[in-house]
Amino acid sequence: MSAPEHTAGQSVPFDAALGTAESAAQPARHHWAIAGVVIVALLIPLIGKSFIVFQLTLVMVYALAILGLNLLTGFNGQFSLGHSAFYGIGAYTAAILMDQADIPYYATLPAAGAACFVVGFLFGLPALRLQGIYLALATFALAIAMPQILKFHPLEGLTGGVQGISILKPDPPGFLPIDADQWLYYFTLLVLLVMFAAAANLVRSRTGRAIMAIRDNPIAAAAMGINTSLYKSLTFGVSAFYTGIAGALGALAIQFVAPDSFTFLLSVSLLVGLVVGGVGSIPGCLIGGLFVLFVPNLAEKVSTGLAGAIYGVILLLVIFVMPSGAAGFVRLAGAHFARWRSSRRSS
Amino acid sequence: MTRITRRTILATAPAFLAMTSLPALAAKKYDTGATDTEIKIGHTNPYSGPASAYGVIGKTEAAFFKMINEQGGINGRKIEFISYDDAYSPPKTVEQVRKLVESDGVFLLFNTLGTPTNTAIHKYCNQKKVPQLFVATGATKWGDPKNFPWTMGWQPNYQSEGQIYAQYLMKEHPNAKIGILYQNDDYGKDYVKGLKDGLGDKAKSMIVSEVPYETTDPTVDSQVVTIKAAGADVFYNVTTPKFAAQAIKKAVDIGWKPVHLLNSVSTSIGGVLQPAGLEASKGAVSTFYLKDPVDPTWKDDAGLKEWTAFMDKYYPEGDKTNGFTVTGYSVVQTLVHVLKQCGDELTRENVMKQAASIKDLTLPMLLPGIKINTSPTDFFPIKQQQMARFDGKSWELFGPIYTGAVHA
Repeated sequence: MSAPEHTAGQSVPFDAALGTAESAAQPARHHWAIAGVVIVALLIPLIGKSFIVFQLTLVMVYALAILGLNLLTGFNGQFSLGHSAFYGIGAYTAAILMDQADIPYYATLPAAGAACFVVGFLFGLPALRLQGIYLALATFALAIAMPQILKFHPLEGLTGGVQGISILKPDPPGFLPIDADQWLYYFTLLVLLVMFAAAANLVRSRTGRAIMAIRDNPIAAAAMGINTSLYKSLTFGVSAFYTGIAGALGALAIQFVAPDSFTFLLSVSLLVGLVVGGVGSIPGCLIGGLFVLFVPNLAEKVSTGLAGAIYGVILLLVIFVMPSGAAGFVRLAGAHFARWRSSRRSS
Repeated sequence: MTRITRRTILATAPAFLAMTSLPALAAKKYDTGATDTEIKIGHTNPYSGPASAYGVIGKTEAAFFKMINEQGGINGRKIEFISYDDAYSPPKTVEQVRKLVESDGVFLLFNTLGTPTNTAIHKYCNQKKVPQLFVATGATKWGDPKNFPWTMGWQPNYQSEGQIYAQYLMKEHPNAKIGILYQNDDYGKDYVKGLKDGLGDKAKSMIVSEVPYETTDPTVDSQVVTIKAAGADVFYNVTTPKFAAQAIKKAVDIGWKPVHLLNSVSTSIGGVLQPAGLEASKGAVSTFYLKDPVDPTWKDDAGLKEWTAFMDKYYPEGDKTNGFTVTGYSVVQTLVHVLKQCGDELTRENVMKQAASIKDLTLPMLLPGIKINTSPTDFFPIKQQQMARFDGKSWELFGPIYTGAVHA
């Protein structure tokens, strides 16, 4: 997409979508916060158990998938219940390439992303004539169809049918004294950072402003000369691209793909992560990833029999306490804090 | 200050000797998850999601371990049974199993449920050398000790059931013309392979029609018509419940009255035979290996009484007509037997060794005459089944116990 335009006071990717103007001091603080998170993320595998490392790898995978959905829903205002399908296509592309063509794992990511971009763009062309809930329904159809297509007999040679495909976990490069779990974590982290930075630049660019203009007022956007259907299809493709790469990384972490892994429920989980993290917030996607992975486990720990109900209660509480997601909550808290400080200073 | 005298040394020496020599005498050996007082067992089961009906199995097992612990445990060790929900989703199974192995530090994995879910952890368990014991799935691939020495099935697998039908046909209908309807996946193909292996050379001449269906097909009507048209007088019906009901109904509708072999996957009266019509289902033949708790035959049976007493005391909220409680009860008893056999040598290697040397084990809820046997080359614990015929109301057992041996 188009090149980033760095100008002073740019804090667009982090909070513009929430419709607030922030002070010029924000970017510096953001940079420090990002640096802090990255350093912590780099240190975790060296101290945590390998199971924790594995879980956090999955958190990053989900965060990336949620980011894909966020580009579409948060920034472009289109609903999708079909992202489990793109996640599945990404996972299967990676698995099939590794299993049948012996392609190295890192090379499968661009392939998975490209496959999803094409499918997403093509699916987007006709589907984007639909608005709001109608589009949601069309993408829902995609999510429902995907597991069955993967089981479809003529494709069995490629997909392995109901049995799925087992793949091997990538080995760390020989010169690094770390195990496979740690390596996959760092690899995922690297991909995540690149993809997050790219997304931040995208929404900050001219293209990004066009994407958001379509969300805010499609008629005005068209009047300004934005080719809305092209941009919408492209956004759909980019969104699928992100989610597909997440799917490929997920396949590497799980070492196995099967149709039952990519059901409609996954789409819903991603949507939950999106809303909890904050619609239109890029760092919020990480919170969404944490929620998707850990909260069901937490609910199960409280009570096995009532896990679903407890998950529901937690979700309700989160929505009540943070109606604009974790990102909105942080922003509100920050605003309160700033007001409190300025009122103390003035008194 | 105490002075060390010759007398104190003499007095304490025997105690020292006793302390150092004790472990050598008792030969207690432990792997992760087992101690003098406790054995940790890991389990995954769908408690939520589309397959949550199977959750009953996990609940029965938890109740059984509660009983074991109240009775003093196994060789004095309490069981900590850690059961997680995987919602029948393979990625969730991988996550939960890794948590069990790496974070909770379980001694072994027991009765993890589902074919795709177990496939997802198959390599992992064998790489980590963690026993994946008595998995709850009927696929044949769990009995492959050469390539996967840490994985073992439990229930009769589909191929072995197919072999039993072959034996039955060879004995009762040696000149049968067999028509096969099967689901086009590993499950269906396993059944067909079992039958063909069992028929041996006669398979070619006896099987007159072999028609697959896809799970995406709306009905199997046309398949049933095709099989009838081929002149079959035995109908080998390898279908899941919805399709089984359709096939039974269609056969009657077109006036076809073959010998009907119905695979054990679809023997539920409420789920299959009632929707198909009880009258239409009359005469269907299938295989069983567990006692049906609602069958009046077992009214005064000692095994059933034992099971009823357990259910009443430890799982009172459980549905006693639900066959899954019997499955859970029996598989957990098999594990208890293996752990008892391990004695004080609770290593993962010894668990697999003991699991692979079960000799003629009988269980209260197994049909009389069915025995569990394993060996280092035979990882199929239950191979025997008995035939039963549906009489319009319930399944009536008949004939001998058949053995369907399969060597993967």
